[in-house]
Amino acid sequence: MVFPLNPAPHAKPVTAVPIVMRRVLYALLPAFAVYCWNFGPGIAVNLMVALPAALLGEALMLRARARDLRHGLTDGSAIVTAVLIVFALPPLAPWWLTALAVVVAVVIGKQLFGGLGANVFNPAMVGYVTVLLSFPAEMTQWLPPGGHAELGLVGHLAYAFGGRLPEGMSVDAVTQATALDVVKQELANMRTIEEIRVGPMFGDLGSRGWQWINVSIAAGGLLLLHWRIIRWHIPVAVLAGLLIPAALLHLIDTSRYLSPVFHLFSGATLLGAFFIATDPVSAAATSKGRLIYGAGIGALTYGIRTWGGYPDGLAFAVLLMNASVPILDRYTQPRIYGR
Amino acid sequence: MLSGTLTLLGLAVGLASVLLLGDRMLASRENTAVERVERILPRIHCGQCGYDGCRPYAQALVAGTASINLCPPGGEETIRQLAELLGAEPLALAAERGRASMERVAHIDEDACIGCNLCARACPVDAIIGIPQMLHTIIASACTGCERCLAPCPVDCIVMRPRHA
Amino acid sequence: MPERVKIHRKFTGGLPLRPYKALSTGAAASRLTIPKRLCISMQQQSGAPAMACVTPGERVERGQLIGVPTATLGAAVHASACGRVHALEQRPVPTGSRLVVADCVVIDTDPEPGPASAPGADHWPGDRAGRLAAIRRAGIVGLGGAAFPTADKLGCDRACETLILNGAECEPYISCDDMLMRETPDSILAGAAIMLEIACASRCIVAIERDKIRALETMADAVRRFADERFTMVAIPTIYPAGGERQLVEMLLGLEVPSGGHPIDIGVVCQNVGTAHALANFVASGQPLLSRIVTVTGRGVEAPQNVHAPIGALIGDLLAHCGGLNERASRLILGGNMMGYSLPTADIPITKSTNCVVALTAEDVRDDTTEWPCIRCGECAAACPARLLPQELLRAATGRRFERLTALGLVDCIECGCCDVVCPSHILLTARFRAAKIELAEHRAHARLADAADERYLRRKDRQLREADAARHEQDELKARLAGDEASRRAALSAAVERARGRKRSPDEPE
Repeated sequence: MVFPLNPAPHAKPVTAVPIVMRRVLYALLPAFAVYCWNFGPGIAVNLMVALPAALLGEALMLRARARDLRHGLTDGSAIVTAVLIVFALPPLAPWWLTALAVVVAVVIGKQLFGGLGANVFNPAMVGYVTVLLSFPAEMTQWLPPGGHAELGLVGHLAYAFGGRLPEGMSVDAVTQATALDVVKQELANMRTIEEIRVGPMFGDLGSRGWQWINVSIAAGGLLLLHWRIIRWHIPVAVLAGLLIPAALLHLIDTSRYLSPVFHLFSGATLLGAFFIATDPVSAAATSKGRLIYGAGIGALTYGIRTWGGYPDGLAFAVLLMNASVPILDRYTQPRIYGR
Repeated sequence: MLSGTLTLLGLAVGLASVLLLGDRMLASRENTAVERVERILPRIHCGQCGYDGCRPYAQALVAGTASINLCPPGGEETIRQLAELLGAEPLALAAERGRASMERVAHIDEDACIGCNLCARACPVDAIIGIPQMLHTIIASACTGCERCLAPCPVDCIVMRPRHA
Repeated sequence: MPERVKIHRKFTGGLPLRPYKALSTGAAASRLTIPKRLCISMQQQSGAPAMACVTPGERVERGQLIGVPTATLGAAVHASACGRVHALEQRPVPTGSRLVVADCVVIDTDPEPGPASAPGADHWPGDRAGRLAAIRRAGIVGLGGAAFPTADKLGCDRACETLILNGAECEPYISCDDMLMRETPDSILAGAAIMLEIACASRCIVAIERDKIRALETMADAVRRFADERFTMVAIPTIYPAGGERQLVEMLLGLEVPSGGHPIDIGVVCQNVGTAHALANFVASGQPLLSRIVTVTGRGVEAPQNVHAPIGALIGDLLAHCGGLNERASRLILGGNMMGYSLPTADIPITKSTNCVVALTAEDVRDDTTEWPCIRCGECAAACPARLLPQELLRAATGRRFERLTALGLVDCIECGCCDVVCPSHILLTARFRAAKIELAEHRAHARLADAADERYLRRKDRQLREADAARHEQDELKARLAGDEASRRAALSAAVERARGRKRSPDEPE
């Protein structure tokens, strides 16, 4: 009897890329549910645009690069990118904004660099930053918690695809800025943190509605840690890099600097720490490198939030640290056994 | 407006100085272009590329006056590495250049050697020993397979054999 | 209960794998009846093969010398059974890491096994050098898989402090050491005591994996009865590859074997429990190494078990002894499922290094057809026991960047396979690194040749310049001499002309 020859090792691998991607999506399910509960079906409508756009963009690029379509589309990475972008965009977004963000992410952020595993920058952040810089007005169309009641699913669909809101509503009336945005503006108006914090849109931990979404994102992040999809280095470093300066400055002057708890549960802190910064392709590869990478993201985010021009700087922080990854990898290599 | 201009100017000057300093202090210890190209070449100086040795060929490559597919002992691997380093298109090896290879060594048929010493003079690495009018032999461990000794031999007594029999 | 010697630190990396040992440890080890034909390879150990010293048609007795070691690193080869030499032929034989083609002595065995030969008068002399020679003559090599000649390991002139007796057997499926420790613990310790003496080591640590409960019991009992205070037993964590000698040294002693070196460089010798048993057997009975215990296992085998088999028996013989292969068997592996290699047929003889044969079904093995690009997750680096970065090694190997491969420590890769198993992209990392090692060796050989050629070339240029200089110098001298000759000739001529003129001018003037 003749047997086929195969190289060692013969044991089965413990996981696979599609499984990893699927688990990331499962970990985001709780957050998705809480989001819809707080802000309505906007995110679901955006997802309906984002998913086909991502797959279409990926398919066209794979065809252009003469790669196998089936293999390239079934690894799940385009879907994860689409979902992360949808979490970052406002719920009331026109279809072309969502589609543009996703297509830029998949085509320019990933495929042009060489496809899965070859991108230098985080694709979701590339897409997000592109639309943030190009369409600043549309990117601030956030809804107040519960303020979506008049705007049902049909209303969302009508706006997303038709650009029209129901009778009697205007975009300005329906939307509002995020909590971090409000804090930044009011600080510029010489109000103190204590005064700002008692406003109606602020809850105990962060901004009303958003704080619970972030709590469920944290739960999802812990699930990822448990499944060993991610390791602790990047999330811990991002949070430390953000919260330590926040704590220090808050202790020094509580009237001008937000508390670390607020920072933790507002904006994209937790989404960034567990889901965005942990994108393995664009992050540093060594343990030490990852700690520095995460801390850099946290610190830059804090810097942009406090002194920069944008209310939440996580996306820029991630892109900046992505650029530093080659040098981080080069200088943080561990000592080899026996040397 | 003045303060803005001054700030930007200051930033520009500052950053430029940092970059210049970095360039000096952290200067790459990499070799010059010619040395880098030469390290890709087999360095056995067979001359089949048409240049007298690997260094002149490297110099011509850097100057852009030589094609990257002229090195038989380097083979496809060398062409590929040269293409990458020099940003050129990979080409097929120019077959008319010869078949020198580091996997072969020369061997003198001792019965036919007439001791004319022409082969020893041709060897670029002095791997042939012999006194004129006496039998000559090849030091196999020093022979690089460059085939320069084949042509000068008037009695055609040198053949190429695999290095690892 | 086993004594708790402190484990200094767990080694970095490694994986807790499903052991699959229960398949073959259910029953006691059986004995293979001598097959009709034995193919005894001359390549029984690492290093140069032995030279056959019998001819076809010759009659051989059990334990007779049939292969003489050719190099200093070597061990003798003996006939595992009495019979007649059928032929000397070249066939594929297994070594620790792959199949090679080697000379084999094929013996048609006698239907009746002959009596065991009595030990020679002094098969075990009193002096160290004599004993080392005896071990070499007895053909004893490391039975843990690499088959390093035992005499060379113990006889090293370097200072040796610690003997580590390796009963870890961390790779899945393999259970032969486990069975040996259950069945003959006293013999193992006796052999270890002999090794201690020869290697001049002062203590012996017996390392056994925690999940081998029965073996831990029997060995602990034996250690207690042996009552030799140089011996301690340690139960090590069940993580693959804890049984690798570099990892054992790190775990038990907190030291690292230097890169490219051996444990003896830091005063440590590692020996497999099977080797210790073989040595004790030889010292007691004078009989050279003629057989070994092999695990025959996997869901593709009808009756998986451990088998005591003569060296030279075919794998097919062992499989038949264990009920044969069933129709689900789709891959035959020599070794365990992590470092073992695929065999094309069962028509291959066992050697001293053959510790296990596994027949796996399609569900047990990985599917090598799908691979995704590397997503840089870093799990491979976390699992690597040598603290390498397989991700970076893969990049450098694909780009054939040999200096970078050297800097990243490719030569330190122990090819354990941990990185392959954790990789979500199912990249065949270990296979790529093995190929890269070969390419790196070739590249280095070429580089050495080129460096030597460069130097000779420059020296030749120097020589030519010197010769040209010398030639020119000679030319100049010659010219000068000629010019000088010319000048002096002229001077002599004008002097003569002068003289002649002088005489001509005044013949009658007084001088």
